[in-house]
Amino acid sequence: MQDTVSEARGEAAAPALPVAHSRSFRRAIDDLVAGWKQRYLWGHLGWQDIKQGYRRSTLGPLWITISMAVTAVALGILYSALFQKELSEFLPHVAVGLIVWQVIAGCVNQGANVFIRNDGLIKHLPAPLSVHVYRLVWHQLLLFGHNLAVWALLMVVFPRPLGWEVLLAIPALALLLLNGVWFTLVIGIIATRFRDIPPLTGSIVQLMFFMTPIVWVYEDFLNNPDVAARARLAELNPFMHFLQIVRQPMIGEDIELRYWVIAVSITVIGWAMALLVLRNYRSRVPYWV
Amino acid sequence: MVSIDVHDASVNFPIFDAKTRSLKKAVLGTVGRAGGTIGTDSKVPIIEALRDINLSLRHGDRVGLVGHNGAGKSTLLRLLAGIYEPTRGSAHVSGRVAPIFDLGVGLDPEISGYENIIIRGLFLGMGRKQMEARAEEIGEFTELGDYLSMPLRTYSTGMRVRLALGVVTSLDPEILLLDEGIGAVDAEFMERARERLHELVRRSGLLVFASHSDAFLIELCDTAIWMDKGHIREEGALRTVLHHYRGKDPFANLSQEAMNRIGSPAGPTAGQAS
Repeated sequence: MQDTVSEARGEAAAPALPVAHSRSFRRAIDDLVAGWKQRYLWGHLGWQDIKQGYRRSTLGPLWITISMAVTAVALGILYSALFQKELSEFLPHVAVGLIVWQVIAGCVNQGANVFIRNDGLIKHLPAPLSVHVYRLVWHQLLLFGHNLAVWALLMVVFPRPLGWEVLLAIPALALLLLNGVWFTLVIGIIATRFRDIPPLTGSIVQLMFFMTPIVWVYEDFLNNPDVAARARLAELNPFMHFLQIVRQPMIGEDIELRYWVIAVSITVIGWAMALLVLRNYRSRVPYWV
Repeated sequence: MVSIDVHDASVNFPIFDAKTRSLKKAVLGTVGRAGGTIGTDSKVPIIEALRDINLSLRHGDRVGLVGHNGAGKSTLLRLLAGIYEPTRGSAHVSGRVAPIFDLGVGLDPEISGYENIIIRGLFLGMGRKQMEARAEEIGEFTELGDYLSMPLRTYSTGMRVRLALGVVTSLDPEILLLDEGIGAVDAEFMERARERLHELVRRSGLLVFASHSDAFLIELCDTAIWMDKGHIREEGALRTVLHHYRGKDPFANLSQEAMNRIGSPAGPTAGQAS
């Protein structure tokens, strides 16, 4: 249990400050740190979220893996026929793209509801707001873990020259999750105040699925002079950079530094923004939910 | 040192209805204000749930909160729990806080009572090992026996209260905040809970208890705060405040045995004002 001080901690000498230090970076960072310390809690709740959906079913969470495999194979076959690509090349591309996309889409879609859905907990138990955010991102990581089985299977069926570069997927994933946390915080707080955001993110995510090179290959479009100019617009899509840094090492493609530079830049800017939002609106969330 | 110091605190809730709680309204509202014509509807109505609350509680205080529905009892408890930070003024709470507000919240009906004990403890900041060490003792206190391994949805309301009270009192909290709803337990359990709560307050902490039941208030508290329309109308000895609030002396009909049990001197100004 932590001390709960609704104003500046330990500054009892100045109790009469109007709307005192409720809005400070210190309180924002305290929230993030205190939430991190409760990782047993969100770790447990994240697992609970996985099991929740499959209670009393025989296959249980194996369904996560199965449905990903079915979707990936179906889309892989469909689009490899459309674009006349070799299935052995294209299927891993689509499958890993989908697996990574699920993490992104999960953070965006559920992120908008992260505080709205936990309104009861927020209003009844004093816990850091970040607990709910970590729980959500952890849940996405667990789903990713289940889906890795699909990737492993594909690497067996369609062997690729995987070297040590495959390990780059780990920092890439960590970077993606780090962005998941700041994004969930920001979108969660905004969506709690403005309830149009959740349906809005839903449709944006659906649109972005097609704007991100999941069922198509970015390099192919760049090499085609007819569409190259339009294809370059994909560079503006922040999701693509994160997808690329995770996917390239996983399917043995050449690693491009450019994607990493952009992803790291987004991380820095995003976290700066998140701290600002958390500082200014953290204490308002219980009032808004 | 356990203490609660609330200074001129107010809690105002903005009420966004379906229309104002949207991005479009906010964007258009700003445009309207800039143009100087529209924008009269951009004001969000506000409910003053608490205003100008001044409160100072120390170790050993056992405070009852009374007042009509909507008087601000629950909001005050949440202010003390640190859930709502005051929109004006300040609230300093130091000490480990353990609240029991809504009993349905934070308890998962699908998992066992035992697991719920652990999760509840984790929510209140305990470690997993600490909770596992305590779970057995909590189970004993709640007297739920084999039910602890059953899913929580099979529990009655009273059994849930037992569970929640068992967890909270086992955590050695310094500040216990109870909202009404714990009335669902039977008298025999209440007796044991009372002893345990008193023991806790003596050892380390303070208790704030909101209730409509005079009987429970008399059992658990010695001072009281009468909330009315979001501010403190009266603060003092439980008997005096209850007398003014109800318009009759609630201690008048108590048996001598009950009086002895709660350890209250018979005088109407008994107990210390906080």
